[in-house]
Amino acid sequence: MEILVCVKRVPDTSENEIEVNSDGTDIERDDLVYSVNEWDNYAVEEAIQIKDKVGGSVTVVTVGDEESEEVLRREMAMGADNGILLEDDAFEGSDGKGIAAILKAAVEKGNYDLILTGAQADDGAAQVGGMLAAMLDLPYASLVNFIDVSDDKKLKVGREIEGGNQEMNEIELPCVLSIQTGINEPRYVGIRGIRKVASVEIPTHGASDLGLGADAVGAGAAKVKRLDYFVPELGEGAEMLEGSTEEKVAKLIELLKAKGGIK
Amino acid sequence: MSHTFKTSCECQQYFTDSHDMVRKSLRDFIKKEVLPFIGEWEEAGGFPKEVYRKAADVGILGMGYPEEYGGIPGDIFYSVVVTEELMRSGSGGFVAGLGSLNIAIPPILSMGTPEQKERFVPPVLAGEKIAALAITEPGGGSDVAALQTTAVRDGDHYVINGSKTFITSATVADYITCAVRTGGEGAHGISLIVVEAGSPGYSVSQKLKKTGWWASDTAEIYFDDCRVPVENLLGDENNGFYGIMANFQTERLALSIMANMTAKLAMEEALKYARKRRVFGKTLTGYQVNRHKLVDMATLVEASTEFTYRVAAKIGAGIDQYKEVSMAKNFACSVSDKVTYDAVQIFGGHGYMRENLVERLYRDNRILSIGGGTTEIMKEIISKMIL
Repeated sequence: MEILVCVKRVPDTSENEIEVNSDGTDIERDDLVYSVNEWDNYAVEEAIQIKDKVGGSVTVVTVGDEESEEVLRREMAMGADNGILLEDDAFEGSDGKGIAAILKAAVEKGNYDLILTGAQADDGAAQVGGMLAAMLDLPYASLVNFIDVSDDKKLKVGREIEGGNQEMNEIELPCVLSIQTGINEPRYVGIRGIRKVASVEIPTHGASDLGLGADAVGAGAAKVKRLDYFVPELGEGAEMLEGSTEEKVAKLIELLKAKGGIK
Repeated sequence: MSHTFKTSCECQQYFTDSHDMVRKSLRDFIKKEVLPFIGEWEEAGGFPKEVYRKAADVGILGMGYPEEYGGIPGDIFYSVVVTEELMRSGSGGFVAGLGSLNIAIPPILSMGTPEQKERFVPPVLAGEKIAALAITEPGGGSDVAALQTTAVRDGDHYVINGSKTFITSATVADYITCAVRTGGEGAHGISLIVVEAGSPGYSVSQKLKKTGWWASDTAEIYFDDCRVPVENLLGDENNGFYGIMANFQTERLALSIMANMTAKLAMEEALKYARKRRVFGKTLTGYQVNRHKLVDMATLVEASTEFTYRVAAKIGAGIDQYKEVSMAKNFACSVSDKVTYDAVQIFGGHGYMRENLVERLYRDNRILSIGGGTTEIMKEIISKMIL
């Protein structure tokens, strides 16, 4: 199975304290540590596991600048076979639809049976997967937390739904799936893999390679614009539990039962 | 004469993007596989054997070793990154325990036959077997040439009698690279031989209770007519001393890095604490005395780290650094002595409590200027080279 996984380089929220910058237009990006978006990493792990079971290849693709190459290389060190960087000044300032349009063009340059995205990105709006599927006119499932390859025409996919419930679907290939965290246990990036991919050339495609006009992508084409970044005002509702650890645990259990958290 | 620099940057660089990726990956590994359990392992005086397997899978154990024996070749700064990130466990004992192969395996690789290498090295790099080095004896440590454990040839075997002490990983080791006397007195009567745990006449004491390095098991090993096949002898008889000495350069480099990281972690903890701890209406950083103390700590850590990197780069380039690595170890240890002391001081009473990392760093630090050659032995080496 030929699998394409769309990945994104995002600020690593476990390594950084995210703060809004002084004029409220963005987060403070100086000294941020970046990493691969967590959901995307689960998607790559799932793709590698599928490849290990049924054969084929895994390609990782990202829209970004040359700094984004590091996440491609990371995922290749993990086990993805190929990486593609989609980089062009014309891509800058794209909204979700613009990013989906760029990815669609990249998908059409290849021959993929399965396209995976993360369910959302740490700094995103959880829209690219669905839009990409619509643009490609392919079937789509969101919040996927289980995949079983039935045959070379169909997959069984589990989806997480409200209230901790689960549904199971059959979906025809080719299709687009957005992957939820917890679908697997992503492997560590081994040193051996890192050494192997250290000098691999990663191809870069720009707007003209993908046949994209400036009116379709980038800031000019963006119809969703961010107006403001701010920290919401603190509301009421937090209750600090007092007492010994045992007392706090007892109170917490009582509260969780009362609010329906424990059945 | 032409002067061309290998790096495009005018400053000296040691770490590439690839090294940084290894660093990130290992930090993630330590955060998930070690930090949640390290307190427990410290108290238990060891860690589960499955950790070796996990560390091997991610490439920690094989780093710097030849591919044909299951290793991952890479320049010396990959090994520097591995040691630095392992130290982020906050437990020198864990690093020493997991890393006991790094003193046990090099003599096998440098002196062993292809058969010996094939037999002993791959299982260790794969995390399936544990290797340790046994040189120090109850009667002496630094004075290697005076060791008293004997190995006498008896047909196809050597019969070993004597004992070893302060042996890292002794209670879990599957085999030890052991220094024994096969000849007359002095350095020229010493051989290295691989002794498998469970050989007849081989026994190990209870774990020794130590000031620090709790997560590393340390014990004594006894040989009572212990029979070891002659094919386990490394190199020629009575040639072991040079194998032992050749090991010291990389061991001392590793100890320098451990000392720098011990100091760095202590400094980072002290900085975090000083920023938030309030006394007499201000944070600790509001007082010049503390600010300057933190500045001195940071300056020492920076200077020592840079010096160690420079020595590492030269070792990596194949230039003998016996003098410089001894200097680096002594300097790094003097820095970690001061910085761990000052970090505890900044924490006050809290720094004396088990729950704070600086307390462990302060204890763990003490061994660094003793193990792998004491400060005094380092000075003797340096004095012979400069006087």
